[in-house]
Amino acid sequence: MQVNDTNKEFRPLIVAFCCNWCSYAGADLAGSSRLSYPADVKIIRVPCSCRVNPMFILRAFQRGADGVIIAGCHPGDCHYTSGNYFARRRMTLLFSMLDYLGIERERTRVEWISAAEGAKFSATMNEFAETISRLGENRRLEDLRCKE
Amino acid sequence: MQRIGVFVCWCGSNIAGTVDVEKVASSVAGEPGVVFTTNYQYMCSEGGQGMIRRAIKEHGLTGIVVCSCSPRMHEATFRKTAQAAGLNPYMVEIANIREQCSWIHKDKDEGTEKAVILAKAAIAKLNLNKPLTAGESNVTKRALVIGGGIAGIQTALDIADAGYEVDIVEKSPTIGGRMAQLDKTFPTLDCAACILTPKMVDAAASDKINLYTYSEVEAVSGFVGNFKVKIKKKPRYVNSELCSGCGVCTEKCPSRKAPNEFNMGLNNRGAIYIPFAQAIPNVPVIDPEQCIKLKTGKCGLCEKNCTAKAIDFTQKEEIIEREYGAIVAATGYRPISLENFDEFGYAHNKDVITSLELERLMNAAGPTKGVLLRPSDGEHPHEIVFIQCVGSRDTSGCGKPYCSKICCMYTAKHAMMIRDKYPDTKVHVFYIDVRTPGKNFDEFYRRAVEEYGVDYIKGMVGKVAEKDGKLLVQGSDLISNEQVHIEADLVVLAAAIEPDPSVRNIATMLTASIDTNNFLTEAHPKLRPVESPTAGVFLSGVCQGPKDIPETVAQASAAAAKVIGLLSKDKLTGNPCVAHSDELLCNGCSQCACVCPYGAIDYIDKEVNDHGKREVRRIASVNEAVCQGCGACTVTCPSGAMDLKGFTTRQIMAEVDAICR
Amino acid sequence: MQRINDDVLNKCRDLIENGTCDRVLAWEEGEFCYDVTPAVFTGDTLGKMIYDDFCAANQSKYLIDESHKEGRIAALLKPCDTYSFNQLLKENRIKRENVYVLGVPCDGKIDAEKARGLGIKGILGAEIDGDTVAFETIYGKKTCSKKDVLHEKCLSCKGKKHMIFDELTDPEKEPETAVPENGTSRFDGVSKLENMTAEERFRFWRGELSRCIRCNACRNVCPACSCRQCVFDNPASGVSSKANTNDFEENLYHIIRAFHVAGRCTDCGECTRVCPENIPLHLLNRKFIKDINELYGEYQAGYDTALDAPLTSYTKQDAEPGIVHERGVR
Repeated sequence: MQVNDTNKEFRPLIVAFCCNWCSYAGADLAGSSRLSYPADVKIIRVPCSCRVNPMFILRAFQRGADGVIIAGCHPGDCHYTSGNYFARRRMTLLFSMLDYLGIERERTRVEWISAAEGAKFSATMNEFAETISRLGENRRLEDLRCKE
Repeated sequence: MQRIGVFVCWCGSNIAGTVDVEKVASSVAGEPGVVFTTNYQYMCSEGGQGMIRRAIKEHGLTGIVVCSCSPRMHEATFRKTAQAAGLNPYMVEIANIREQCSWIHKDKDEGTEKAVILAKAAIAKLNLNKPLTAGESNVTKRALVIGGGIAGIQTALDIADAGYEVDIVEKSPTIGGRMAQLDKTFPTLDCAACILTPKMVDAAASDKINLYTYSEVEAVSGFVGNFKVKIKKKPRYVNSELCSGCGVCTEKCPSRKAPNEFNMGLNNRGAIYIPFAQAIPNVPVIDPEQCIKLKTGKCGLCEKNCTAKAIDFTQKEEIIEREYGAIVAATGYRPISLENFDEFGYAHNKDVITSLELERLMNAAGPTKGVLLRPSDGEHPHEIVFIQCVGSRDTSGCGKPYCSKICCMYTAKHAMMIRDKYPDTKVHVFYIDVRTPGKNFDEFYRRAVEEYGVDYIKGMVGKVAEKDGKLLVQGSDLISNEQVHIEADLVVLAAAIEPDPSVRNIATMLTASIDTNNFLTEAHPKLRPVESPTAGVFLSGVCQGPKDIPETVAQASAAAAKVIGLLSKDKLTGNPCVAHSDELLCNGCSQCACVCPYGAIDYIDKEVNDHGKREVRRIASVNEAVCQGCGACTVTCPSGAMDLKGFTTRQIMAEVDAICR
Repeated sequence: MQRINDDVLNKCRDLIENGTCDRVLAWEEGEFCYDVTPAVFTGDTLGKMIYDDFCAANQSKYLIDESHKEGRIAALLKPCDTYSFNQLLKENRIKRENVYVLGVPCDGKIDAEKARGLGIKGILGAEIDGDTVAFETIYGKKTCSKKDVLHEKCLSCKGKKHMIFDELTDPEKEPETAVPENGTSRFDGVSKLENMTAEERFRFWRGELSRCIRCNACRNVCPACSCRQCVFDNPASGVSSKANTNDFEENLYHIIRAFHVAGRCTDCGECTRVCPENIPLHLLNRKFIKDINELYGEYQAGYDTALDAPLTSYTKQDAEPGIVHERGVR
């Protein structure tokens, strides 16, 4: 694992997929409570965590994202009753696969954040951004096929 | 190519304080499709909205991006604004530069930079937006209630009261359900029949309510507002129009072998019978399994004795087809089978009974005319042991993991009533916990202990064995930490309750989901507790989870309110952000239907024209009136045939690309 | 050497003559004896039909198209093919009534390339005999150990029992249950990688995937990759590309391909068999299978069409995605 403490200039690029009903509202609450997190985190609104296609995550990495986080309703609280359960299985398997390919497992994450958890939203994003900053730039997915 | 206008809001100083709004507006001016940018103090104000409307007209905009507060705040506002200027309301995208930007970032450069990126993402998405129109469907102003217990009756009465037609389908010969079997009700001890039968009569008398008793739902098709239901009417062999309900036939019937279901098999009934005196309709039914005439062709005593000439052995099963706008499941419960609980000896000891059997023994219309007598020898019991949580809160796998909720209270009721009527009788109750959350419930339980001297023992019974005509109850008292041995005359088991088994079939027909315990699932456990995830299907009573009578009635009325709300609409307008399957890409593999929580996806055989090649293919078809737009199907679909309008794969990837650029 | 068992040939002839079927899906010989291709035969061409120890291809995928044609086709399916056939039935891709499944026995299939690697060249024919293989070559007869020349996929054979059939050509050879040939060693390759460090894994995959020429052979042969149009070929999907704009796209392609077949892949091993660059693609699919077995319970696609597939079902107690992080730093 490459640790990148020395590079202070490095600003990670983080894509956060947030479900409309819980986590996006949680982000709104973080905002209205003025709970800051790094500007490196950019949110994309999706109706449900189950809308997040693995292709979106890989696409983000392909286009230069250093970390991708998916935030949805807590299990049992899905607005659509079961969407996050499907998302949970898909993401577990996908993350395991990325890990298997040697991509740092810390670059991907799923968090369950409710509309009331503005503080959790902010804390999670701060912590995730810090982890990604430590890891440094994501090269591996692109490098996988570089001819040696 | 779109013609996009970008409107950056200052939100007073809320945004403008940490984001350079002018710079945001000028930075996105060169983005693809953008033909107009501006900024204004309050975009949501009348002035701001007017500015948007004018710009749409003057610049011939095809879509707008508003960089402002959260879409959860003002998306609806700006959609209306766009619509007023002749745009499709779904040609609006919001870049959330307040909650996600200005409010959380202190550095103005940083905030501005992020706001620009968020605006670019919204523009990239909007470039791929298409005008969306919500589908409309009609509403059949009639409701179906499945189950004629107190839940179904209350729901039907409330719906009828609002002026809508409602049909009740009840599988047994009479409405009334479990409540009709009860003697007294906690915590007030008023008799169940006294409060239930007036409601039954009201239901029968209402010109808006139509009863299909001795009938079952056979098939359901359609969707919210437009269900088509087939109802199977089983033959009663008695003409309801002619029958006067005199009951002579039931007395003359020579067949006496059938256990009386209403009395929980504690006595027998004839082959022709009326379940109980206040049954509605008060028309007997012939049990074809028991009737000598139907089985052998001989007998016919009932027919000979019927002065109304109502007996009709030629009656056949009938299928009725009706249309409904809404369906309420009120299928109720039954006590679980006790075959897994050998230790209590229910199967081989007549004097080990369930609480529901005790209700019948205590009831004045029951097999003992309300005198408490042991089923084995007809003697009066002097020492009675109640065992709670038989099969409830059971993690061993023999019973149910959940709390049946009603047992603590009815056991206290039984104990109290026995002590009241027969003060010479000793009453012991073995319990794990006594749960009494409910209005006047704990007071009721305390009365049983304090006023009536019921002996509550915290602990479980290990074994009930028969010895010299007595029942030897061995249990443990967890408080004094010792073994307890009681020689009882009668043991009453508070058997767990479970959803009536018919619910499985009904859930399948309704595409309503059920949980691992066969309870119907609500659309949201907290916020939509009386709706099923399937639009137009509602839940009433214990079919959704254990509950007592007051809660059942409350839920029944809540379900009725939801039905009335639905039936009061002439048209249903859907959410246009629904899934859509590309018929040329669809493989017909059915995976999407497996993950749809609403059963919105059907498969049809359709002739498609694939680049000149015409063939009939099995393809997915989304019912837009039922789809709620979660998108679970879109990720399951490997070919990408399934997409979600308003959040298409291309749109989301465009946002990803814009952010990562 | 005889290229088809007389009983199998006669059976096919009977099926056509008695009107049960009008075509047979089997193999035809190419330029060399080991160069065999799936092919459809009619009554007139049956004489060219072969089925021997070189016929490794999974035939099921061809039945998607064949079963939608008029008439009924007899298909020679090996035990492993029947898993894919079942999976395709589950996904409503095959018209069952138009296929007559003739279950043929299999002793494993010979990889001529592996034989050449052992110095067995100029192959004219071969036959499996117990644990050895007898080759007839232009240089005379040669024998070697069977396990040295079997295809990679046959080394982790799921068993010799057909999951579905209308008739077996050799019912006496059919076992009661499917017994994996090499026990649980199927996942050894995956475990070995899992036990490496992230750095080592990365280097391994970089080495392997760097050879990908994006010929799409893995996709074209895969019975689970049977979309009418692949997302990677569909300009509207946003991920298609004729020429890759950057190296990432190969990775995207292989990961997404493995993800799309997760829970549906029967582990037939065709992807690895056909890869011209010998990339062990089955290690991607098997990783998903191993994870699914460990996290959501044993599941074999194509074993029972009535079972819920792991990615279209869930339990409330499922592991959290964080389990990937928690399974220890390797």
